[in-house]
Amino acid sequence: MGTLAKLSWVNLKLFLREPLTVVFSLALPLIILFVLGGVFGNETSEPGEQVVFRGIGAMSYYVPAYVALVIASVCVISIPTHLASDRERGVLKRLHASSVSVWAVAGAEVAVACVLSVVSAAILLAAAWLVYEFEPAESVVAVIGVFAVLTLGFASFGIFLGSILPTARAAQAVGMLVWFVMLFLGGAGPPPEVLTSTMQTMSDVTPLWHAVLMMQDAWLGLDAGLSWLIFCAIGVASAVLGLRFFRWE
Amino acid sequence: MTTVLDVQHLEKRYGSFVAVDDVTFSVDEGEIFGILGPNGAGKTTTIECLQGLRRADAGELEVLGYDPRVDGKQLRRQIGSQLQESALPDRIKVWEALDLFSSLVPSGQPWESVMDQWGLSPKRDAKFGNLSGGQQQRLFVALAVVNAPRLVFFDEMTTGLDPMSRRVTWDLVRQVRDQGTTVVLVTHFMDEAEELCDRIAVINQKRVVAIDTPDGLVEQFGGGTTVTFSTDAADLGFLGEVEEVDGVTRRGKRVTVTGHGALLASVAASLVAHGQKPIDLASHKASLEDVFLTITGEER
Repeated sequence: MGTLAKLSWVNLKLFLREPLTVVFSLALPLIILFVLGGVFGNETSEPGEQVVFRGIGAMSYYVPAYVALVIASVCVISIPTHLASDRERGVLKRLHASSVSVWAVAGAEVAVACVLSVVSAAILLAAAWLVYEFEPAESVVAVIGVFAVLTLGFASFGIFLGSILPTARAAQAVGMLVWFVMLFLGGAGPPPEVLTSTMQTMSDVTPLWHAVLMMQDAWLGLDAGLSWLIFCAIGVASAVLGLRFFRWE
Repeated sequence: MTTVLDVQHLEKRYGSFVAVDDVTFSVDEGEIFGILGPNGAGKTTTIECLQGLRRADAGELEVLGYDPRVDGKQLRRQIGSQLQESALPDRIKVWEALDLFSSLVPSGQPWESVMDQWGLSPKRDAKFGNLSGGQQQRLFVALAVVNAPRLVFFDEMTTGLDPMSRRVTWDLVRQVRDQGTTVVLVTHFMDEAEELCDRIAVINQKRVVAIDTPDGLVEQFGGGTTVTFSTDAADLGFLGEVEEVDGVTRRGKRVTVTGHGALLASVAASLVAHGQKPIDLASHKASLEDVFLTITGEER
């Protein structure tokens, strides 16, 4: 096995040995989904009412949105915390001394995030499928394609946060903060239509908002257009800055 | 003898802070070379520059034929390393760490045999965080040699270990050398340097202030040898004719002879020849610790 594969495999095992992180990453989006499902049901907006959830049922709106959300939760909370903690403990420095490249370290984070996102999304979809009625995906291929792009983009964002934040504590705190702000402003909390116009402006620069639109549009067979551009730009900028500011110690 | 490491006039700054000012030494194949100095002297920075983990600002560096600033990555594949303030994740198992680090350099030995050789097999499935300090050092040594390096760097291996674990760790270092690997050992413990090292570079205030064998350092900086004994004899003038004697002082019965070379044997022979057989005749050498305090004390 190559360095990347071995490092990814070890990192995955180490992740699974931290029960609290596992529960948090896999269960929290699920819990919020059920709360929102309980509140909103799956009614579409009546004619004459304010249009919410882009005019589709709440669960048809939330399920694809939460597939995007679980990717964000794995990448924006777990990756920075893990990277910063490894740096703080000198693990990264020790890997550097054995000629491990920054690509292998970053690649292993992406690989682990990929696996966890897939598992997390599968659990979410299974639970949602048992409890709620929602529109099935228009094109599975498009959904998988968007899923891959979102994982890469959010993983880059997570690596960027992990590179600039000095300690595991700081990384965890900032990661959570970013994730919750994105959750509420990014269309994964209250329906985006009820946000104030200031909040909606803020949504526009939130990667999760564009991720939600991309996933919903792939799910519903629509074209997310500009959101692709914005999300990819954030992803590429994160990757460049993340590698630029990466420190071994 | 082959030189495996040669560093001339190494300099390293962090902004305006000078971490290493002028460090020059070379290491021969097969020796245990000690870098000894007080905390903050620049020892760790020096060896991290030599491994290419930090970029030297000036000086000529050659390690195993590589310049660490240019070929750091290739170099690091051929050296072993145990770093100060570096650890493994608490939940990684011993075998997983060995497996991971052996995979980094495919030319290395199979990790299973390294695990057996360093006595880690009983701890195969133990997690790093549950190992004792001594066992963690054992694992670090095993990880440092898992790629069968020609040269290893050990940085402050025994800080925080109990006396028993320190002894065991010293044996590990000797084992590494006995397999033909050259060792560069950073320490601030005098006894450790004296016990293990073939040669020592003393670093103080960011510079190398002395390089020699432990005995050589004592000879050079220890103020020579002293012989003491007690006697009732009034006239000891004959001692002044002994070649190795530099001076004789007397306080009551107690006589102190300073000198050099084989002082004890010569003084003893002279005393016996003059009918004196003091029962408390003894030779005193400065310890490496005295030398260290002499060398580093001047500039404080």
